[in-house]
Amino acid sequence: MALLHIAEPGMSAEPHKHRLAAGIDLGTTNSLVATVRNGIAVCLPDEQGRTMVPSVVRYRTDGSIEVGQSAVRAHATDPKNTILSVKRLMGRGLRDVAHVEAMPYDFMDSDGMVRLRTVQGVKSPVEVSAEILRVLAARAEASLGGELTGVVITVPAYFDDAQRQATKDAATLAGLNVLRLLNEPTAAAVAYGLDNAAEGVYAVFDLGGGTFDLSILKLSRGIFEVLATNGDSALGGDDFDHRIFCWVLDRANIAPHSREDGRRLLMKAREAKELLTVCEEVPIKASLQSGEEVNLVLTRDEFAHITEHLVRKTLAPMRKVLRDAGLAPEDVKGVVMVGGATRMPHVQRAVAEFFDQEPLNNLDPDKVVALGAAIQANVLVGNRKDEDDWLLLDVIPLSLGLETMGGLVEKVIPRNATLPIARAQEFTTYKDGQTAMAFHVVQGERELVSDCRSLARFELRGIPPMVAGAARIRVTFQVDADGLLSVAAREMSSGVEASVLVKPSYGLSEHEIAEMLRQGMDHAGDDMTARALAEQRVEAGRVLEAIEQALAKDGELLDARERMQIDQSMAALRATLDGADHHAIRQAIDTLSRATDEFASRRMDKSIRGALAGRNINEIEV
Amino acid sequence: MGITLSDSAAKHVAGFIAKRGKGIGIRLGVRTSGCSGMAYKLEFVDEPEEGDLVFESHGLKVVVDPKSLPYIEGTELDFVREGLNEGFRFRNPNVKNECGCGESFNV
Ligand SMILES: Nc1ncnc2c1ncn2[C@@H]1O[C@H](COP(=O)(O)OP(=O)(O)O)[C@@H](O)[C@H]1O
Ligand SMILES: [Mg+2]
Repeated sequence: MALLHIAEPGMSAEPHKHRLAAGIDLGTTNSLVATVRNGIAVCLPDEQGRTMVPSVVRYRTDGSIEVGQSAVRAHATDPKNTILSVKRLMGRGLRDVAHVEAMPYDFMDSDGMVRLRTVQGVKSPVEVSAEILRVLAARAEASLGGELTGVVITVPAYFDDAQRQATKDAATLAGLNVLRLLNEPTAAAVAYGLDNAAEGVYAVFDLGGGTFDLSILKLSRGIFEVLATNGDSALGGDDFDHRIFCWVLDRANIAPHSREDGRRLLMKAREAKELLTVCEEVPIKASLQSGEEVNLVLTRDEFAHITEHLVRKTLAPMRKVLRDAGLAPEDVKGVVMVGGATRMPHVQRAVAEFFDQEPLNNLDPDKVVALGAAIQANVLVGNRKDEDDWLLLDVIPLSLGLETMGGLVEKVIPRNATLPIARAQEFTTYKDGQTAMAFHVVQGERELVSDCRSLARFELRGIPPMVAGAARIRVTFQVDADGLLSVAAREMSSGVEASVLVKPSYGLSEHEIAEMLRQGMDHAGDDMTARALAEQRVEAGRVLEAIEQALAKDGELLDARERMQIDQSMAALRATLDGADHHAIRQAIDTLSRATDEFASRRMDKSIRGALAGRNINEIEV
Repeated sequence: MGITLSDSAAKHVAGFIAKRGKGIGIRLGVRTSGCSGMAYKLEFVDEPEEGDLVFESHGLKVVVDPKSLPYIEGTELDFVREGLNEGFRFRNPNVKNECGCGESFNV
C-alpha cells in the first residue's frame, strides 16, 4: 500500500502516477542512492540503517551474487571472485588500467574493455557495476513503494566517452532509465545549493577511498562549467589506512603475517583512522592468528605526523588545477568537501590553509554527491514547479574534433561547451576527382592527433568527382545530454552521407550489449519526455539567442517583410516555451530556422568568401 | 471535529517544514480521480488560499479547502513505517472502501 509524501504546493501527483526518481553515486569504494521526499533530499538506508553500499561484488560458486558489506568480508578468502573498485576498469582496456599487476583478478585481455574470469564465467566491468546498481535500485523501490521512473547517475568530471558509455550500459543492464549522467563535482555543488547561489568560481575537493579528484567549477546563469580538473588516481583514504597498518607493524614489532591477519589489521587501521576524526586518541587492539597481540594507542597528532606526506600530495594538484584554470586561490568563492576521507581534521586544515577559507562541510561528505544527483533527478522527472526551476547544464570535458592533414586536430566542439550541443563544420576535398574521405574522430586538447584519444573512424564514399576544393562536406558533431557523441558527414551537392554513433573504442560492441540485454533485462526504460522537453527548451534558447545576435549585427540584410516574418516566428517559438509540449517547441524551432535560412545564407555570403576552402581532411585512395 | 495530526505525523511535518526552509503548514484535500473515485492531496502550504479552512494541531497549521472538508472531516493524518518504506497515511472515518493502494477511496 502506497504511503503519501508531502508534495510542493499544487504538485500532488495523480494516484498511481507518482514519478519516483533517484540519484545514484556509483563510487569507487562506496555507492549510495538518494531521493527527494517531502521536499528534502535524503540518502536511503537499508534495514540496518546503513546508507553506504561498499562497491564490492562477489560471484559465488553456488551461482548467487553478493554485493556490499558481505562481499567485503569475502575479499581476503576469495579474492579472484570478489571484485573491488570496478569503477577503475569501466570503459578501459587492460593496457589503460593503472596498477593491474597489483589487482588479484584473473584478467582476460580482449580487444575492448577488460574482462574478469570468475567462477560464474567471464564478466565485464559493466556487468559488475550493474550488480551494484541493481542493489541500489531495489533499495530505492522498496523505500519509495514503487517502480523508479528514472535515475541520475554521477561520474567523475574527467570520465571520457568510453567510461560514460560503460556507466550508461551498466544502468541499462540493471533495468534503469538513466535521465542523465551528472559530473560528481557538479552534483556536490547542487547539493550545497550553489546553483541558486551567487555566480562565481568554486573548487570541489574530493578525497575518496582510493582516488583524489579536484575540480574547478564556474557557475554563471545556472550553468556549471568545469574549468579544470586534476587529482591523483592513486591517492585516497586507503593510503591512510595503509600508513597506520605499517605503523602498527613497526610499533608492535610484528613480522609479516597471514592474509587473514593482514586483513584484520587493516580493518583495525581503518577503524582507528575514522575514529580519530572524533577522538583525540584511539586504542588499536588485535589478537592475531600468529598468536601475537597488538595493543597500541594512536593519537591524532601522531596520525597527522605519519600521514603528513599523503596530505602534502594534494598540494601540487591544487596548485596545478588553479594554474590550468588561470586562477589564484583567492578567486575561489567556496570550497566543497566531498568523499569520506575529507573528514580527517588535518585534511580539512590543509585545504583551509591553501584556499585561505573554511571549506563547506556541513553536509555529510560521503553523501553530497548522491544528494545532488537526487535533486537533479527530481527536477528531470518533473516533480517541481517550473518557475523556481532551473535546468542544470553540464559541459563537454574535453574538446572533440577531427584529424586533418598532417596529423593535426581540427576542433569541432570546444571543451566546456554546454550540453546538449550540435556543431557543424565544412570541409572539402584535397585532390581532383577524389571520391572518398576518411574521418577520424578524436577527443583531447592537444594539437596533434597522436596526443589525443582516438574515438572512432568512418568513411564517406560516393562523392561525385570534382576539382579539389569544390566538394562541400558538412560534418556535424552532436553530443546528447549525457555527453555521448554522434558524428555525421554529408556531401552537400550530392547528398551522400555517412555517420557513426561513437561507440567508444573500449566500449562494448553492439552485439555484446544486445546479448547482455537479452539475458538480463526485461524492460527497457522509456525515453523521458521530461528530458526531451528540457532539451528542446535549451535548444530553443540557443537558437533564439543566436538569431537575436545575428539580427543585431546584420539586420540590414533584410527588408521589412522578411524581418516581420522572422520576428513572428521568434514570437511563436517563445510562446511554445511556456507549454510542456516538446514536439511543439521542435516544430517552432524548425519553422524559425526555415524562416531564417535565406538570412543565414546572405550573412554567409557577406562574410569572407572562400573561408571554407583550404581545410582538408586526409584523403583516402579508393 | 476538524482534522488532526498524530504525534508522529506532527513531528515529521514540523521537521520537513524546517528543513524545507519555508511554508506555514500543510494542506490536506481530495480531488476526484483514481481507481475508486477520490484521491488524497497532501502538500506544503506557502500561503493559504481564499476560503481555506485552517485547523491547528500540535501547533501546526492544517489547511483544507471547503470542498474537500466533507470527505475528510475527522481525519487523523498519521506517519507510518512499513519495512524500508515510510510516509503519511490518512485515517479517514468517512471512507467506505479504499482501492487498496492508500491513494484513492470512496465515500
Ligand atoms: N570519519 C572518517 N574519517 C576518516 N576517513 C573516513 C571517515 N569516514 C569515511 N572515511 C574514509 O572515506 C573513504 C571512502 O570515501 P568515499 O567517499 O565513500 O569513497 P569513493 O568516492 O571512492 O567511493 C574510505 O577510505 C573511508 O575510510
Ligand atoms: Mg565518491
